[in-house]
Amino acid sequence: MERMTEEQVKTIANMLRKRSLWMIHYCTGCGAMELPPTMTSRYDMERFGLAPYVTSRQADILLITGYLNVKTLRRVITVYEQMLDPKYVIGFGSCALNGGVYWDSYAVIKQLDRYIPADLYIAGCMPRPEAIISAFRHLMELIDSGKADGYKRYKRNLAYYKENQRKVLG
Amino acid sequence: MVKMILIAIGAPLVAFAIGLSFMMIKRKIVARIQRRYGPTIIQPIYDVLKLLVKEDNISHGVIFSLGPIIAIAGSILAVFFIPMAGFSMLTGSGDLIALLYIMAIGSLGMALGAGDSANPNASIGISRALTLMFGYDLPLVIIVISVALQYHTTNLSDIVAAQANGNWTLWTLPLSAIVGFVVTYGALGEHPFDIVTAPHEVATGPMVEYGGKHLGFLMISHAFHIYIEIALFVDLFLGGASNILIFYLKMFAVFFIMIMFDEVLPRFKIDDAVRFYWKWPTVVALISLIIVLVK
Repeated sequence: MERMTEEQVKTIANMLRKRSLWMIHYCTGCGAMELPPTMTSRYDMERFGLAPYVTSRQADILLITGYLNVKTLRRVITVYEQMLDPKYVIGFGSCALNGGVYWDSYAVIKQLDRYIPADLYIAGCMPRPEAIISAFRHLMELIDSGKADGYKRYKRNLAYYKENQRKVLG
Repeated sequence: MVKMILIAIGAPLVAFAIGLSFMMIKRKIVARIQRRYGPTIIQPIYDVLKLLVKEDNISHGVIFSLGPIIAIAGSILAVFFIPMAGFSMLTGSGDLIALLYIMAIGSLGMALGAGDSANPNASIGISRALTLMFGYDLPLVIIVISVALQYHTTNLSDIVAAQANGNWTLWTLPLSAIVGFVVTYGALGEHPFDIVTAPHEVATGPMVEYGGKHLGFLMISHAFHIYIEIALFVDLFLGGASNILIFYLKMFAVFFIMIMFDEVLPRFKIDDAVRFYWKWPTVVALISLIIVLVK
């Protein structure tokens, strides 16, 4: 039997990963409000193999739901580093993009991507469940084509991320 | 000899396939009860395979990694003792009593592994699992004694043979059968007995530190667990089966009724669960035992 090349193994692994994405049930801001309708009967994200899980060891996706406090950032980093590779981060709502309505607050993180690598952003305040599901579908496409490599970027540029984190957290 | 080796490899595979198919069907039925479309039918296979191909696998020690393996090994050993559609691998007088001991190995393997992770949630989950086992084992032992007394044997194959021609224990000892159902139900950890893995209280309990391939192994061991508990119930009370299709249908009927209960009940506290098991099922099981003794 011909042995599979590394490329083929990676393709199969990505195909499996995109079909079973578990997201950690960790809510940083008000955006989490839109997740219950996405999970339950109305929009039913389990159709796509997405399911909420409770611990960081089991999960694949970390959602930054809405604004991210400096205080919460410390916990988010711990959770992110506890998750097992491959892991994906979705910035959820305007606050994760540029601070949103908290653009001039001293306690809110404006740019998520400076502290942990985000694979995808959902714009809007709040994003509707349709937008969330379409974002998940987009993430699946990224995983399939191997472009969702945030966890690799984090490892490669660890010094940069740690430096930024240290500036805020002290 | 060749036949024995084939059976030794085939029996666990068939058991795993049956358990996995029940996991698939369960998610779909649960979704339909909640008026959702539900995942694709082979979703649990994707989940297990995805966990097995994770790049990172964190271990908290040797016993932590061995825990899921011990659980699977204990389950496979139990599969050999349970008559599956007419044949059983390891059989002999007293195998029913040996099986009662072997069925505990799965939980103990998980307890060892979870204890090694030193996570408080895992410790609470494991203490709950062992306390719950303590609760349902008492009525289970009593009904096993009544069934053994009824047929004057502790050999599972003989018990299955004695129930041939529709003369099921379910009809001759209905009270024991009801208790057996409740015990099987609790052993599977469905609502209201899902205190062990309660995600909202102890963050999936013993599984809290497990991720990657370890969690994949735990899901495989869960598939075996479903098979063992329901197959034992079918063999003891529904007369086993002569071919695998009828066996599967009987198991499916039991599992289907369980899902129906599972979806409408809330969750017990651990002390309430033990109190429940030591009150009603134990009393009913004792009444059934007395009926067998005076008959």
